[in-house]
Order: sequence, then C-alpha cells, then structure tokens
Amino acid sequence: MTDLTHQNCQALLGSLSEYIDGELPPELCKEIEKHLEGCDNCRIVLNTTRRTIDLVQIPSEENPLPDEVRERLFKRLNLDDYLHARE
Amino acid sequence: MNISTTHDFSLEALRAGDRAEFARLVDAFSAPIYRLGLKMLGNTQDAEDILQNTFLNALTHLSDFEGRSSVSTWLYRIAANEALMLIRKRKSNINIEDMQPEDSDDVPLPETFVDWSILPEKELLTNESKSAIETAVKKLPDSLRMVFILRDVEDLSIKETAEILNLTEVNVKTRLLRARMALREQLSSYYAERTRRKETQ
Ligand SMILES: [Zn+2]
Repeated sequence: MTDLTHQNCQALLGSLSEYIDGELPPELCKEIEKHLEGCDNCRIVLNTTRRTIDLVQIPSEENPLPDEVRERLFKRLNLDDYLHARE
Repeated sequence: MNISTTHDFSLEALRAGDRAEFARLVDAFSAPIYRLGLKMLGNTQDAEDILQNTFLNALTHLSDFEGRSSVSTWLYRIAANEALMLIRKRKSNINIEDMQPEDSDDVPLPETFVDWSILPEKELLTNESKSAIETAVKKLPDSLRMVFILRDVEDLSIKETAEILNLTEVNVKTRLLRARMALREQLSSYYAERTRRKETQ
C-alpha cells in the first residue's frame, strides 16, 4: 500500500495534468513512468483522471444547438437571409 | 475539434460589414458558445441569452477588434465574460457568497482509489452516469469550471485558454489540474458506490 503523502506521489500529482496532455519533457516522463510501475494508487489516479476527461468530452461531440435556437439567433442578428446557408 | 484552425475568416470582410462572412462566423461558433453557456449556467434559456449577447456584442465591437488575437479567442473571450456576468447576476439575486477558495494552489489529495477506468464505456455511460457527470461538472467552482470547459470540453490549448480568460498559463494549468482532480474524485465515488450497489443486488 502506498501513501500519497509520499514525496514522489505528491510530485506526480502536481504534474499529472501536464503528463496527461503530453507536455512534459521525456526525462520527466520516464521518471513518472518508473514511479507509476511501483505505485498502485498513482496509477489508479492517472487512469481514472484520463477516463474522467474522456467521459466529459463524449457528450459534447454531439451538436448541442437546436435549430430553433439558431433561427432565433439569426433573426436577432438580422441575418435571416443567411439562415439556409449553413455549411 | 479545433475550430480555430479549421476555419479562416476574413477580418477585412467582417469589419467591412460583410454579412455573409458574419453569418459564416456565427455558424462556426454558435455550437461551442451555446455549449459553454449550457455548462456554465446549466439551463437553455441562459445559454441562449449568452449566445445572442455574444454575437450582438461582437457585431458592435468588430470595428475595435484589431486582430491581435485570433477571431476564435476574441469570440470566446466575449462569451466567457457574458457567462461570468450572468453568473454574478444570478448569485447577487439569491445573495450567496461563493466561499470556495478558487485560487489556492493546493491540489487536494485524492481520496478514492477504485480503478473504474477499466469498465466498458457502455457501463460508464448509462443515462444515470451521464447525469452524474453533468452534476459533477456543475459542482465545480465557476473559475475552475470555465477553465475546464475551454480546455477539456472545447479542446482549446492552455495558451488560448489563458488569453481568453486573461490569466497566466501557470494559473490555467493549476486550475485545470484542480478541476480534473475534483471531477475525478466525484466520479470515483460515484462509480465506487454504483459498483457496491450492484454487488449487493
Ligand atoms: Zn505514487
């Protein structure tokens, strides 16, 4: 059982976001991966954080804008003439 | 989806009052701006107000826009301000203070260690869990939610998010980490609880 107050765990948590986004230099990634191999809790935190981001992104891939909202917007902006010009 | 790189708009045409070009701009950014409003305010009426006000505002200020930032950044900035203004208005109406320490640098330590990430997507995205995810996003402090939406929902870069919100990149990164950790914690306790529920059934 690992303790997340451990210095390495804390350091990992601090760079977790950047690690997920692939913004860390390779040397630092290697260090992190070495720590992850031996630290179950940090691995779980990493996996579930990644999944959390995925899950929040999935519903937003659908177009959320109802046609009538678009129509009212175009009218409000005096763009009625272009209502049917959607690309 | 990265709108800022897939659409190019002629600033000259926009500023000269080219309505067809403006209509194209509206169509390119309506969906993300409406979604931002929905996620920030949590209801369709407010989201529609934010959407309309953003483009009305853009029309009015098009002549002041010098093109130092991209059109995308500029529009998101207007939209983010509209959303934050409306949130402030709603809060002063019901008169509660947001007491969350939003700008602290501390990232709270994780508390739940259940690896639910290996569950199949079908199980992770039932209707019940979709609404749990929505609720978790709504519970984030406003300033964290805004950063999270721009970066993780709209997929903008750290740099663009910082420009939109007038924050430093370091500040954006800190807020993003805190938002992600807070969401992870909430989803972890939700999925852990759901797994327990299933096992006792
Ligand atoms: Zn660790």
